[in-house]
Amino acid sequence: MKSFTYERATTPTEAASGAARNPGARFIAGGTNLLDLMKLEIEVPRHLIDVNGLALDTIEPTPDGGLRIGALVRNTDLAADARVRRDYGLLSRALLAGASGQLRNKATTAGNLLQRTRCPYFYDTNQPCNKREPGSGCAAIGGYSRQLAIVGVSDACIATHPSDMAVAMRALDAKIETIKPDGATRSLPIAEFYRAPGDTPHLETTLTAGELITAVTLPKPVGGKQIYRKVRDRPSYAFALISVGAIIQPDGSGRVTVGGVAHKPWRIEAAEAQLPQGAKAVTDRLLATARTTEDNAFKLPLVERTLAAVLAEARA
Amino acid sequence: MKFDTPATTNPIDRLRVIGQPLDRIDGPLKVTGTARYAYEQHDVAPGQAYGYVVGSAIAKGKIVSMDLAAARRAPGVLAVVTAENAGKLDKGKRNTAKLFGGPQIEHYHQAIALVVAETFEQARAAAQLVVVKYQEEKGAFDLAALKGAAPNAPSEEDSPTQSAVGDFAGAFASAPVKLDQSYTTPDQAHAMMEPHASIARWDGDKLTLWTSNQMIAWGVGDLAQTLGIAKENVRLVSPFIGGGFGGKLFLRADILLAALGARAAKRPVKVALQRPLMFNNTTHRPATIQRIRIGATPDGKITAIGHESWSGDLKDGQPELATQQTKLLYAGANRMTSLKLAVLDLPEGNAMRAPGEAPGLMALEIAMDEMAEKLKIDPVEFRIINDTQVDPEKPKVPFSQRQLAECLRQGAQRFGWDKRSATPGTLRDGKWLVGMGVASAFRGNLVMKSGARVTLGKDGIVTVFSDMTDIGPGSYTIMAQTAAEMMGLPIDKVKVELGDSSFPASAGSGGQWGANSATSGVYAACVKLREAVVQKLGFNSADAVFEDGAVKAGNRAVPLTQAAGDGEITAEDTIEFGDLDKTHSQATFGGHFVEVGVDAATGEVRLRRMLAVCAAGRILNPKSARSQVIGAMTMGAGAALMEHLVVDKRRGFFVNHDLAGYEVPVHADIPHQEVVFLDETDPMSSPMKAKGVGELGICGVGAAVANAIYNATGMRVRDYPITLDKLLDRLPALS
Ligand SMILES: Cc1cc2nc3c(=O)[nH]c(=O)nc-3n(C[C@H](O)[C@H](O)[C@H](O)COP(=O)(O)OP(=O)(O)OC[C@H]3O[C@@H](n4cnc5c(N)ncnc54)[C@H](O)[C@@H]3O)c2cc1C
Ligand code: SF4
Repeated sequence: MKSFTYERATTPTEAASGAARNPGARFIAGGTNLLDLMKLEIEVPRHLIDVNGLALDTIEPTPDGGLRIGALVRNTDLAADARVRRDYGLLSRALLAGASGQLRNKATTAGNLLQRTRCPYFYDTNQPCNKREPGSGCAAIGGYSRQLAIVGVSDACIATHPSDMAVAMRALDAKIETIKPDGATRSLPIAEFYRAPGDTPHLETTLTAGELITAVTLPKPVGGKQIYRKVRDRPSYAFALISVGAIIQPDGSGRVTVGGVAHKPWRIEAAEAQLPQGAKAVTDRLLATARTTEDNAFKLPLVERTLAAVLAEARA
Repeated sequence: MKFDTPATTNPIDRLRVIGQPLDRIDGPLKVTGTARYAYEQHDVAPGQAYGYVVGSAIAKGKIVSMDLAAARRAPGVLAVVTAENAGKLDKGKRNTAKLFGGPQIEHYHQAIALVVAETFEQARAAAQLVVVKYQEEKGAFDLAALKGAAPNAPSEEDSPTQSAVGDFAGAFASAPVKLDQSYTTPDQAHAMMEPHASIARWDGDKLTLWTSNQMIAWGVGDLAQTLGIAKENVRLVSPFIGGGFGGKLFLRADILLAALGARAAKRPVKVALQRPLMFNNTTHRPATIQRIRIGATPDGKITAIGHESWSGDLKDGQPELATQQTKLLYAGANRMTSLKLAVLDLPEGNAMRAPGEAPGLMALEIAMDEMAEKLKIDPVEFRIINDTQVDPEKPKVPFSQRQLAECLRQGAQRFGWDKRSATPGTLRDGKWLVGMGVASAFRGNLVMKSGARVTLGKDGIVTVFSDMTDIGPGSYTIMAQTAAEMMGLPIDKVKVELGDSSFPASAGSGGQWGANSATSGVYAACVKLREAVVQKLGFNSADAVFEDGAVKAGNRAVPLTQAAGDGEITAEDTIEFGDLDKTHSQATFGGHFVEVGVDAATGEVRLRRMLAVCAAGRILNPKSARSQVIGAMTMGAGAALMEHLVVDKRRGFFVNHDLAGYEVPVHADIPHQEVVFLDETDPMSSPMKAKGVGELGICGVGAAVANAIYNATGMRVRDYPITLDKLLDRLPALS
């Protein structure tokens, strides 16, 4: 770990402007991801801005019938919130499928969205990794890639985004509210939040320098059966091989987002039109551009089969 | 005491303390956090500095240069030790690769520097400033690619790597029913909870180490040899060990680097191997490729059995003894086994819980299942048909005790084996495809010379001293039970001090020999203590009985405390074993039964029930023995379903080198587990008439899981671990 300076921000604007003043600064929320990465010197921020005192830890209704979730609401609290459980069951289920109770007690909504990949080569600083060290190469391509992405990949990086929560957020059409160092705020759909790896896999989101997430908003509830199915090698405390988050309406229409297959929660609205045709039709469309490796080709049939099981469960 | 004739009746047979399901005597220390492990011995040496290990970034080659200047200048740094500045170092005889590498690099993450600083954080930060230039060499990392050219593994005196009896080739060729299949098991990590850790302190030329090591006497010898100092100047202290599984049988880098760091920094230094370093820096269970051929007559009698196994290790390393059990488990007149060994430039392979049998049975017991199916004989029955009461390679040598058939029969009955569908893939419970599997468990019973000292204090407390270690199984407790039984005391009148090389050398913990051997050492010492007490109190030793805290003969009874009235009495002895383990084949046996559910959509395998029936001599403490077996079953489940060190064949290292990437079972993986011990005493094994159970529990579990998966799905997977991707393409079509 490299030495760093540390400050506690008291307002969102102060946090954002602090970040702008200190190039190479990072916000720290629960610290469950950032600190691990700092110890291994995968992240080497020169300055930390602690955002835990920002009073962004409440969940409130929005005027249009949705919910506004503060950036610092802990995963445990979010999953347990009565409104979330009633109206956004998918989110609650996805959260509870992630990490462990202890980690969820610390992990925050914004931190969860911004957690970094679990590609094993990203974690080993002896290995080339374009995401960790731009231009150094990608050890995972041609290496061990069982966990890694099958769609949206580039020649520079095939890492996945590991979040369960983000899969639910994408299916629920969440929006991410931010504040920039100059005080400007914006609200961007989660569909526009994560960047494709392209040649710059180290740039993961469309956030700009110093931009702070203040909240995530959910539109008014959409009903339907909300199912989160996470498939993994052991039944708890493991990242997803793949996951399926689905909202299926009584008429058979719905939404499908897949986790563990790309650098972001993978949803293609056009694929959802295939829902009446069944899991294969949806998957074919959803993963039409797949580029698999020998290690991870199994994810293609796994997505289809898992989706089929989810649709059967929704119908039951 | 020499143990060279079968045990007769002795005070242990009273079973007032021995054989009772007593709580661990060190339990309260453990659950209150006051049992201090190596790294936590904060007060044993004042001024402890912290060491952080730098591992090699390449698998094979040379260090061209090391720039230590920035690290040396970093805040808090006291010393930077490398092989170049550490002085002359030898290698312990039980290590294959050097613990401290450079300039030659033998494997990935081989330790190449230790940075010592005032705080852990400073040491870590400075370690990351060490700049190393390497000249990489091409290495061999792919066992399968080397298989064809791998020669016979060199035989050692007592363990030939090749064996042949009768005419295997002829008998196999002419067998009416036969199987010829290959199986693979992957490299596996011990992944014990407590990392390797040591604190070193020099007092002049005397070196004391608080460490975490299973085999204290081996450690003293190997460390003295590595450092080139006298054994007498080395003291190891290892009272509590947070798991080892064979990974702490030998010295690892932590202990050597702590000693070197302390010498360089001129103050005590502590070193714990960083978790991400452990998987490549330390040893692992080597991967195997195994070929098994079985020939039988239609009534199920095996006529030919052949088992070959390929594994790899660094140059001058050892094979994984995966054919070991096949020499002894089933009858059959014509047999062969063969171990081949390839040279690999991966980290050092070595013992991990039930080395040999664990991976060997993972293959053999699938083969037996496949063979039973070809023969259309129930797999439990097929095993029983081929039971033998003599060593099949040496028919003149009987087994001392062998209740394999009884384990299987009782297991089948308790588990409800009759409910198993003989046709695979036919039982469904909602979304689950359900199946049952069985496997035999077998693990040899090793015995090792073991010493102890016992004292009877003025307060009437008996204290046992031994360098025996407790790596979690409950050595403290069973040794206390032994002394209590021998001296006629309740267990709370016995204290046990372990893990210190200044105490008598014991068997140590490994190869499931610890419990039987170390308690026998206590037995021997207590026999001497009894003699001393009897003499002191003026009894005729032949008829004195030790019970209820007193020595009794005829109508005379004297409290034991009286013997130590004018000073404590000490006795010391070592149990040494004769050749009863040559005249009789000694082993432990069991039957594993497993029920699994396989998700029909995703192929996820979830265990539903597990049962082990074990026959392992006298069970010294059913409670701690059960813990050993359920823990081993859990590890076996991990081997079956998830544990896999993945080799990057280009770069030559285990990629998933942390506990997020190397998955071991979690609570949610493990369902109801049941363990049954058959009533057994084995007078050939020791005066305790006991054997080990700690490794038996893992032997065969993996295959029982694999066979249950086959029974559930009709899919035979011969490459471990059985992850869902290996099942997916053959699962039933979905609506
Ligand atoms: C052992 C383990 C297992 C896990 N398993 C799972 C799992 O199965 N599924 C899963 O989804 N997750 C899993 N996780 C990841 C966990 O969900 C994340 O670590 C956690 O959600 C991160 O939240 P945090 O608040 O601790 O983030 P931090 O570590 O504090 O921050 C993470 C990143 O977000 C940035 N950040 C934080 N807050 C803001 C803000 N308001 N605005 C802008 N940037 C911000 C930080 O600068 C940093 O870059 C696991 C983690 C661990 C350690
Ligand atoms: S896949 Fe991405 S994260 Fe993994 S090594 Fe390649 S560049 Fe790095």
